[in-house]
Amino acid sequence: MSTTNTNSGTPVPVFEVLDATYRYRDVTALDHLNLTVQAGRRLALLGANGSGKSTLLRILDGLCFPDEGTVRFCGKLLTEESIQNDGFGVDFRRRVGLVFQNPDAQLFSPTVFDEVAFGPLQLRWPPDQVRRKIAETLEMMEITHLKDRSPHHLSMGEKKRVALASVLVLDPEILLLDEPTAALDPRSASHMINFLVRAKGGDRTVVTTTHDLDIIEDIADDCLVFHEGRVEATGTPAQILGDAPLLKTSGLLHSHLHVHKSGEIHTHSHLHRHEH
Amino acid sequence: MPAKRSGTRGFLERSTSSFVDAMEHAFYAEQTARADGLLQRVDPRVKLVGILALVAAAAASRSFAVIAGLLAIAIALAALSHVSFRVLVNRVWVAVLLFTGVIALPAPFVTPGLVIWHLPLLGWDVTEQGLASAGYLVLRVETAATLCVLLVLTTPWNHVLKALRVLRVPAVLVTILGMTYRYLFLVLQSAHDMFESRRSRMIGELTGRERRRVAAASAGVLMSKTFDLSNEVYLAMESRGYRGDISVLDEFQIRNFDWVMLGAFALVSIAAFWLGR
Repeated sequence: MSTTNTNSGTPVPVFEVLDATYRYRDVTALDHLNLTVQAGRRLALLGANGSGKSTLLRILDGLCFPDEGTVRFCGKLLTEESIQNDGFGVDFRRRVGLVFQNPDAQLFSPTVFDEVAFGPLQLRWPPDQVRRKIAETLEMMEITHLKDRSPHHLSMGEKKRVALASVLVLDPEILLLDEPTAALDPRSASHMINFLVRAKGGDRTVVTTTHDLDIIEDIADDCLVFHEGRVEATGTPAQILGDAPLLKTSGLLHSHLHVHKSGEIHTHSHLHRHEH
Repeated sequence: MPAKRSGTRGFLERSTSSFVDAMEHAFYAEQTARADGLLQRVDPRVKLVGILALVAAAAASRSFAVIAGLLAIAIALAALSHVSFRVLVNRVWVAVLLFTGVIALPAPFVTPGLVIWHLPLLGWDVTEQGLASAGYLVLRVETAATLCVLLVLTTPWNHVLKALRVLRVPAVLVTILGMTYRYLFLVLQSAHDMFESRRSRMIGELTGRERRRVAAASAGVLMSKTFDLSNEVYLAMESRGYRGDISVLDEFQIRNFDWVMLGAFALVSIAAFWLGR
């Protein structure tokens, strides 16, 4: 991953964002952003709420398009017109999958089975292949027992797993995840993190937005720090985690009151760590 | 001012209680749909077609005995499908009687025919034909409603919707109905949370004007939330390949038992049409 243009001779990146600006009326969500995502890499987009991470994911998924600048997918220009093109649009939707932050937006079908079936059916897969692939995906995500359940009866952790399954069923080469561990209890979060850790070294490209610094060393090879729609810094997880002033200015590191065993109460900032 | 106070709390409590009731009804329906009863074992498509045929027979019949016979069959099916008699009485018969009774009420007085009684004080004539006409209407609606409720209580809602495909209902309509049912609960939950949150912070009483303002503001917030959610849902659909046409997967399989039930439904419906013509 880099935030500069690729040099000639390097492989064609899966995504190349050049000078992209996106505005919600008067609010600039992305401000002249440059980004290149190489195949097979796991990229973490870090930033506080409202920093433009989710907007970027939607742009990478062809759901909205920059007001200025360009986005290329495997060298081809990603535009509203190109995504409407049957050949390119269907291929793009099969190869790129987005898991939304709010699973209630993603789980719109009456049952888990119907939800997982939605993508393959829209891409006109044969019914037998759809059934086989659904069974495999439910098994892989350990949610076969939820097959006939309605999404409104599921816990948040289960909803997130079903949302992920509904995208993984298409075997996407590029997976875009919007805050995958947000609002999850520790057990559900660890399930999600295990999945992301297992993606390491594989063929799949994974772009994850998060502000959870505890997990980025496990889920990412490269990091990109967002602040007010601009890229503030790039680097490996170790480099980013080692730069406390950067994390503070980007709203990723905070200070709050702590009570210590001695009974002393004071304010300081620190990273949280989890058990291994 | 106790009256005012009870009015204020009544508004919020009534709303909250309605949401809870709606969820309880849905929960009961889902439970009975999973029970091991006769109708639960029937393929949803067979059940849908069979029950619609019985409803059509009840609507077309001119014989009181035939319609009463169809109602008796519906009650027997309910018993064999573990649907509580009390639920039929409370949720179907009383409600239908109240609703249809109002519509049927003028019939005994305005239908010309043989006068069998004079209403005391008002002196209105009650005719035999009028009473029969009101009786037919109420019995037909009671029978049709009982059969329809049986279908819904013994079949998961998504299966009812998918079974509509057998009647050539477009896939997009089936999907929209499915999504409506899915999000109804989410919006209900959201409204319930809003009212609970308001109740938890309320001290004292609200005037009628304030109550109306709260209701309007809550409706506005809920609508705005629903609009945002619908935008996100559309993007989520588009992200997984939705391009304007919907495809659905039929998972139903007809077994020998379903053929037997289809035959039984057909036999009863044809007999009812024949005897009630």
